[in-house]
Amino acid sequence: MSESVLRIALVGNPNCGKTALFNQLTGGRQKVANYAGVTVERKEGRFVAPSGRSFQLLDLPGAYSFAATSPDEAITRDVCLGRYPGEAAPDLIVCVADATNLRLHLRFVLEVRQLGRPVVLALNMMDAAKRRGIVIDVDELQRRLGVPVVQTVAVQRGGAKALIERVDGDVPEAAPSDPAPLTPAQMHAQVRELLTATVTMPRETAAVDDALDRWALHPVMGMVILAGLMFFIFQAVFSWAKPVMDGIQAGITWLGAWSTGFLPAGSALHSLLNDGVFAGLGAVLVFLPQILILFFFILVLEESGYLPRAAFLLDRTMFKAGLTGRAFIPLLSSFACAIPGIMATRSINDPRDRLTTIMVAPLMTCSARLPVYTLLIAAFIPPRIVGGVFNLQGIVLFVLYFAGIFSALAVAWVIKRMRRDKSEHALIMELPSYRVPHARDIALGLWERSKIFLRRVGGIILALTVLLWFLASFPGPPANATLPAIDYSLAGRIGHLLHYIFAPIGFNWQICVALVPGLAAREVAVASLGTVYAMSGGEDAVVSQLGTLISQQWSLATALSLLAWYVFAPQCMSTLAVIRRETNSWRNVAIAAGYLFGLAYLASFATYQIASALS
Amino acid sequence: MVQDVEDAHPADPIAQRLRELGFVSGEPVRIVARGPLGGDPLLVQIGSTRFALRRSEAARVTVSQEATA
Ligand SMILES: Nc1nc2c(ncn2[C@@H]2O[C@H](COP(=O)(O)OP(=O)(O)O)[C@@H](O)[C@H]2O)c(=O)[nH]1
Repeated sequence: MSESVLRIALVGNPNCGKTALFNQLTGGRQKVANYAGVTVERKEGRFVAPSGRSFQLLDLPGAYSFAATSPDEAITRDVCLGRYPGEAAPDLIVCVADATNLRLHLRFVLEVRQLGRPVVLALNMMDAAKRRGIVIDVDELQRRLGVPVVQTVAVQRGGAKALIERVDGDVPEAAPSDPAPLTPAQMHAQVRELLTATVTMPRETAAVDDALDRWALHPVMGMVILAGLMFFIFQAVFSWAKPVMDGIQAGITWLGAWSTGFLPAGSALHSLLNDGVFAGLGAVLVFLPQILILFFFILVLEESGYLPRAAFLLDRTMFKAGLTGRAFIPLLSSFACAIPGIMATRSINDPRDRLTTIMVAPLMTCSARLPVYTLLIAAFIPPRIVGGVFNLQGIVLFVLYFAGIFSALAVAWVIKRMRRDKSEHALIMELPSYRVPHARDIALGLWERSKIFLRRVGGIILALTVLLWFLASFPGPPANATLPAIDYSLAGRIGHLLHYIFAPIGFNWQICVALVPGLAAREVAVASLGTVYAMSGGEDAVVSQLGTLISQQWSLATALSLLAWYVFAPQCMSTLAVIRRETNSWRNVAIAAGYLFGLAYLASFATYQIASALS
Repeated sequence: MVQDVEDAHPADPIAQRLRELGFVSGEPVRIVARGPLGGDPLLVQIGSTRFALRRSEAARVTVSQEATA
């Protein structure tokens, strides 16, 4: 049986549960790609109906209207119209609508119906509708709309059964396309008519939402809750991740020792595997727990519907600085890693706001900066208690985080000043209902993000660590060497050259060498410093010895200067690569890298000179 | 109750979007919450949907006062 595959497109307003329905139908198996030239995700999957017929399912970006105001909506429109180059018009459009929010969603249904293509309407979230006592006369709705209507619960096993049965039957007739398109006013009149005829709603909103929002959006309490949540999350990221990170570190060290045990110690291969491959692997994997914990919280907050509330509370502040409340979510993700943060800017629909957010996202203190911060703070800042309760080391760490946030706001403000196009930026953001997050969705989200992290970052870091090992090992020292081996290597020479540039900000040549691989991925710098100071042993050992060593060899001014450097310097190849991909422009990459390096140099210069003068 | 949505300038995309989101004549609206700083943005409920609108956006919507809700 080689029946041709029926192509189905899913459309609907944002938050109608389209993604959940897509996952339900395809079992989460999907092919994700980008539409050519734009950073709009194209998600495609397949499923087989009980009859054995198979379907191709295309998940189109959420849209409020075909009068597109964003690249996402333009794509949805063009694909539905069959106008998108290289994308055949779908055989059937499944229009998904939130049954608890029909006043808004039905309007789009009418727009889709007007296309004059076969349409099935899926009334989703029927469980929530029932709970709230919303009664919908489905038969009447179907009769009035002239398209088949099915009920679905996208988040329940088997919740899409009715939809599958319907699409497995005959393709419905193309809806009669109205000869004259309706005016917006007529469309609203129709929606209102449909609602009065088919829907009874005990109350407009869920009582839970009202109660929760009274607290969550309260001008004072709301901010207190938000601050408390953020504090709790960061506390958890640091304290929960610690044991797991130690475990990973130990595991990798053990694995390295075990798998290279049979090689003669001191041989090149032994050193490459231990100091290159396994040290590199450890440097990557060790961040995974922190990143996963942070993403776990972000996903829970996202699924629960809280994040748009946070965006609401912060919009004013962020708008003043030239951003938008919507930037809160990507920037929060950037505390784990700027790469998923920058990818999350896709949810910002104003292109200017999106670009600004991308530009400042690297200033958020990502977890890759922590090893360097930890090393330097432990070595140079005494663990003194100041003001009775605060640990001086903690204060310094806080200042570093704050410096990142503050400079992000300042940079965004400057970008806003410099922009010529001063037309109004839109916020217009729907606040969805609160929901209890589903474990399955969270797990799926975590899995996706850790895959991205490991693939993008892992490969690069691993390759670089190995490369540095080569640079630091070859050429070997001459027989009558008096200096440490690394002085003669390529890495040593590069370091000595760079030293000319970095001497004014207090870096010695060892730091310069470590910065070279650290340019590509900042967390490598600690391992590199270790290599440069010619030590052996697992990374943990390196870190503790390295701390003592540098606290004797470096001045405080140098250490502070390096900290300042790390707040700004865009030392992450993957971030720059993602900026290139998400903005489709090398120019933006150059601007981002340029301004960040500039700031880093200035900040370090000021720090070093002031600290030297004071001491 | 919404009376009208006015374009701030010709072919105003924000006004157009507001109309598509249901801000049309005769719909009841209600301000549910205000932002913590300067009362901006506003959280506006129309039908069963809530939208965060900056004041400048909300200014396009003219409303008539009903009996205090
Ligand atoms: N109770 C309930 N929640 C749902 C249903 N479908 C989706 N959701 C939830 O609604 C939220 C938004 O769904 P999502 O698929 O991300 O919406 P999209 O923006 O249309 O892709 C998620 O938190 C889902 O878990 C449903 O049928 N019932």
